Parts: sequence; C-alpha cells; structure tokens
Amino acid sequence: MLYLKDRPGANIVVRGARVLDPVEGIDTVVDVRIDAGVISVIGEQLDTNEHRVVDGAGLVLAPAFVDPHVHLRTPGREDEETIASGTQAAAAGGFCVILAMPNTDPVVDSAATLGALVETAGREAEIAVGFLAAITRGQRGEELTEMAELADAGAVAFSDDGVPVASAGMMRRALQYSSITGRKLALHCEERSLSHDGHVHEGAVAAELGFAGYPSVAESVMVERDLALAAYEGQPIHLLHLSSAESVAALRRARAAGVAATAEVTPHHLVLTDDVVRSLDPNVKMNPPLRAELDRAALLDALRDGTIESIATDHAPHALHEKDVPFEAAPFGVTGLETAFAVLYTRLVQPGLLPLATLVERMTAGPARAFGLDRPRVAVGAAANLVLLDLEREWDVDAQSFKSRSRNSWLLGERLTGVVAMTIAGGAVAFEA
Amino acid sequence: MTSIRLVRDDLRPPGPPPRRHLLSVSDLTRDDVQRLLGTARTFESALDREVKKLPTLKGRLVVNLFYEASTRTSSSFELAAKRLSADTLTIKSAGSSVDKGESLKDTAQTLGAYDPDVIVIRHPQIGAPQLVARVTDAHVVNAGDGKHQHPTQALLDLYTMHQEFGRLEGLHVAVVGDVLHSRVARSLLQAFALVGIRCTLVGPPALLPRGLDAEMTTDIGVIRDADVVYVLRMQQERMEAGANYVPSLREYAARWGVTPDRLRPGQKVMHPGPMNRGVEIDPRVADSVDALVETQVRSGLVIRMAVLYDVLTGGPVGVRALAAAEVA
Repeated sequence: MLYLKDRPGANIVVRGARVLDPVEGIDTVVDVRIDAGVISVIGEQLDTNEHRVVDGAGLVLAPAFVDPHVHLRTPGREDEETIASGTQAAAAGGFCVILAMPNTDPVVDSAATLGALVETAGREAEIAVGFLAAITRGQRGEELTEMAELADAGAVAFSDDGVPVASAGMMRRALQYSSITGRKLALHCEERSLSHDGHVHEGAVAAELGFAGYPSVAESVMVERDLALAAYEGQPIHLLHLSSAESVAALRRARAAGVAATAEVTPHHLVLTDDVVRSLDPNVKMNPPLRAELDRAALLDALRDGTIESIATDHAPHALHEKDVPFEAAPFGVTGLETAFAVLYTRLVQPGLLPLATLVERMTAGPARAFGLDRPRVAVGAAANLVLLDLEREWDVDAQSFKSRSRNSWLLGERLTGVVAMTIAGGAVAFEA
Repeated sequence: MTSIRLVRDDLRPPGPPPRRHLLSVSDLTRDDVQRLLGTARTFESALDREVKKLPTLKGRLVVNLFYEASTRTSSSFELAAKRLSADTLTIKSAGSSVDKGESLKDTAQTLGAYDPDVIVIRHPQIGAPQLVARVTDAHVVNAGDGKHQHPTQALLDLYTMHQEFGRLEGLHVAVVGDVLHSRVARSLLQAFALVGIRCTLVGPPALLPRGLDAEMTTDIGVIRDADVVYVLRMQQERMEAGANYVPSLREYAARWGVTPDRLRPGQKVMHPGPMNRGVEIDPRVADSVDALVETQVRSGLVIRMAVLYDVLTGGPVGVRALAAAEVA
C-alpha cells in the first residue's frame, strides 16, 4: 500500500539525542544505531561499527511523521507538484509517509491510473507514498469505483476529497461495498447547498468583507449524516480536515456511542481564525475555511484529548498565477508539508498549549492507526523512520527554500522555531538540512 | 534585500495598506474623513466659477479601470480627474484585452507601465484593488470591489448628509434592503461609526448578514424614526430562481418597499442608484423633493476630486484649517 524508490539501508549511529517516542514510552538521552536501515540497538555509548555518526547532542530524535492528506497534483498538474517534488518537500518537513488524494486529472478511479502512480512512486518517491482512490467515478457522486480492483492495485483508502459525496444513498452503498476491501472511506464533509459560493466562514469577518458565508453547519450536517450512516452500516470512517466546533461535538458523541470514526485537523485550522482573512491574502483561502476562535479552541481541545488523533497538512499546491488573483477568484488551498511541524511547535508547543509528546503522537502513530499503517517508532527491529529535530533553531519561511513546486504558503515571511535536521525514511536518509 | 525577495513580496500577506491608497473605509480615520469632506467643500465652491477647471493635478495621469458596468462612478471619476486637469485613460473590460482572458495582474502591470499616478478600479471580485496595489506603484482608489467596499460612495453620502443637516454626529440613518450583497451598506456602516451616526439595518431575514455588529431588524416600520432613509438597490441577479432570499420581488416590494406612507412628511431619502422604481423605492418617493439622489450625484464629483487630490498630495495644503472648522 506504500511505495517509494529502492535505496540501500543506511548505517548510522545517532549519538546523544533526546529520543522521544510517546507510544513506546521513551523520553531519554540515548544513542540509536541503525544497521542497513533497521534500528538495531538503543543504548548508551554504542559502538559505531564504522557507521556514520550523527551528533544528536541538543537535538530530539523522534518517529518521523505521517501525513494522511496531501495533494501531489499528479497526474495532470505536474507544474504544481510531482511525486518527486512532493516527497522531497515531505522529507524536508520530517515525514516518512504521506497519503495522496485522488482528485487529480484524470481522477484516480481506475486501476490503470493508480498503477501508473504506483510505478512512478517506485522510481521517484523519496519517502513512502500511499494513494487513495476515488469513491465514485470521476468523483461525480454517481457510480462507485471498482473498489476491489483498486484495493488490489494498491489503494490505501477511498476518498472523493475536494467534493463531498452528495447523495446519502450513494454514501451508504460506498460504506457497504468498501467493507470487502478492508479500506476506509475518508470523507470530505460539505453540504454544498449550504456552502455554495462561500469563500469565507460565515461570521463577523465575512459579513464585514462582503463574502458569501460558508457556515460551519455546512460541514457539521454532513459530518452528522456520515456518522449516522457509518453507525448504521457498522463501518469505520475517517473525517477529513475538520474545521468546526459543531463537527467536533458530533464526532465526540458518535465515538462515545461506539462509532469507529477517526478524524484529522490541519495546522492552519489549529492556529488561525477567519480574522486573518481581512488581509485578503489568497494564501489564507482554503476549504474548509478558517473559522472562529471557538472553533479553533474546540479543535485544539479535541486534538489534545485524542478525539481527533491525526494532524494532516492538506498540502494543496497551486501555481503562482492561480493564486495571484483577487481573493474571491483564487482557488482554495495552501501548502503545508515543509512548515507543519515548525508552525505547530512554535504556535502550540512553545506557548504551552500542547505537549510535544502529544504533537509527535498526532503526527505519527495517530494517522498511522487511522489508516491501518505500521507506526513509525523508535524500537529495536523496526525499520528506521526517524526525524531529527533542532528545537532551538529559528528560521524564516522563504519561498525560495521550498522543495515543493508551489509556494502558496500562508507562512511566507514568518519566523518559526524548530528545524528538521534529518529525515530517515524507509531506512535511508531522505533529507538532511 | 535581494531582487529575488522583491519579486516574492507580492506573495506575502499584505500589511495594512499604505495611506496613499483608498481601498476601504476601514483604512480611514475620523480626521481623514473630515479632511476629505473639507477638501470637497473647497472644490465645490470652485465649481461655482464660470471656468470650472483647476490646474491642481496638471500632468498627472489617472487610469480608470472598470470591470463592471457603471454610469455614475465611472463618469464622476473621469470628470473629477478632468476638472483637476489630470490626464485620464478609461479602460472598460469589454473590448479590452480582458476579453481575451488577460489576468487582472497582467492588465494592471501593463497599465502600470505608463506610470499612472492613480489607478481607479472597479471589479466584481473582492480583493481586486488590493491585488492592483500589490503589483503596481500607482496610488489605488477602490471604486467598488464585489460585495466588499465602495468607499467613495460612503464619503459622498456623508458629504450629502452634512450638506442637508449641517452636521453628522447624532444623525440616525435607516439603511433598507439587500444589505447582504451591498458594498455600499458595508462602507456606510464603517463610515457612520467613524463620524457618530446611528445606523439601523432593515431588510428580509436572509438579506441581513449574520454576524454583523450592527442594529438590525426585519421591521420596515422603524424607518419612520430615522433622519434619513437610505434605500439599497434590490439586485435582480440576486433574485435568480432557486436563490430564495425572498419569495418574489412583488412580495419584497410589498413588505420592504419604501413608499410614501412608510415615511414621515419631509423625511429625507437617499439611494446610491441605479434605482428599481416600484421595487425598493416607490416612484413617488424617488421623485419627491425629499429625495437627495441628485445631490448625491453632485457630491460624487467633488468627493472624487477630493480623493484624487488627497491621495496625490497626502492631504490638502492651505485648506486644512478652514476645512476642519467647517465640517466639525
């Protein structure tokens, strides 16, 4: 289900780093030895065996990150991102696994299209990529895709992300049929008859600026519908990019009632509110939109207590000329792979709003669990999927330094704390600062 | 700063717009408003002369870039520039490269190559003036961007009210109609707050924006209490089948139309134009002596002269003291 290019496993000893793996219960300064890409020893004063020695003094060594929601724009918009550039960007952000959404051109709705991606990833991907396939053909919401064949061809899950599955009946059929594949549905919840024409969260800012509102109930009524259907069919679902307090409340209730629902939240929904839309900067335009402070606070609470167990960037590259237009004309979406950890560390961990261990868990084990993937971990015998973080160093976000082909980041010009010094993915060094 | 960083600047979140632009009423202070109204007053007295042209902006270039149909605003900006002796260039989207799919950024940069002093822009999309301000060196004046802002309309309306009542502070204005889609209403609301005018928004429930910090009611009866009833245009395009903001124009006119029997005798009525007679405004009201619509149009000319003058000179010279005293 995950694909990356073949590389020889690294032989490395990381010396003196603070090793942090909240799930393994490790938070201590210790050496880690990697033999041929596999963690072989964790201990004091390890033999180097002529391995490369990486000085980890003052750094944190953690499981590398998993991003369940990335747009690689391939096929169709390789000018915006490719599997090569997207996975390089991911490696630079400390990720060892990303999952790519199928809303490409053509849509990933056939084994042939998926097969071509799998083959390209085997040649180009610096870190492991999983591909989601569409729930409905062309994401039109009318006919199911051939899910069994797609699963055999390597689909990691199914999603019509970018558009909601409008019909409740179609959603029910998708839940029923996907059950034979053992793959989850990942759902973009939006009731279009409520959100249509909406560019900005319906509230004081939209009212002041004159935007048609995209109310939070446009998300939450669909969340409620899909949770009800998931409960009725007894199938698990994953809710993409939650943005509103009402959705969080619905998810909490459903989980308490035993519905197997997981959910994700993006860095921008965790740290920004619709207040910043007053700048009319197209790089703060995304779907779902930035919402009110009470929504942001509810999302952060849910992330803290585990109701939402995954952080997802929803990395959505757009060509320069497409974003360089009036706010109202700009497409939805922002990039995020290369800034996700640093912005959350700077804006949430440093001010004491989120423990570092929780952040690491929600960026690694949480999303891995949600999609049934092996959890990146610091444990003897595990493949080396590790990130080395310098939590002291500051850096300025600069479009020139992005590995991504696109630059539509809402963080351009911002100063962040926390640098990815090295990413080891699938046993090999995928990025080094 | 390297040249590369300069290229990237247009991608950065824009800071507060520099004062040389007029993009939104929210960029203005109370002092700015008083100064602009004072400057307009000075220009108005000059227009009483037989030769109405002032040499003030001789040699300056004002580009009017209009992406939306407009009679009042485009003609008054053009005439305002001419009365101040500036050169003018008016580009309408129909018949220009815009028809060939040229992006706003490219059109703005093309026109920017003539080094215009001011670009006046009207555009159907929110944020268009901000984009022009980012990609050109001109002073940018927003002549209406989508449903967002129309700052010179708000200023000319303040000017009109001041002329009529001799003061602004303490007035009560009822704004009636499609507030949700109205850039005029949004601009007025901010302008009223700056000068101390009380505002009541009146309209059908779905056309009053949710979350707006303002006095709002669906009861048309309250307009009798206001000094001025400001009637908004009911936009036909909002009434497309299936939109269902109101069931029909007929029902709208019956419930929220401004008719003589809903007004006090002598109560002043304003409308930004163009009017839909028989929908939001009864023709008898539109034609009554208490309708200030023509005064608004005349105010539009002097206000736009004042705005062009102000952005190009950074404020009036020699008229400031007089102006402030007169308006206060």
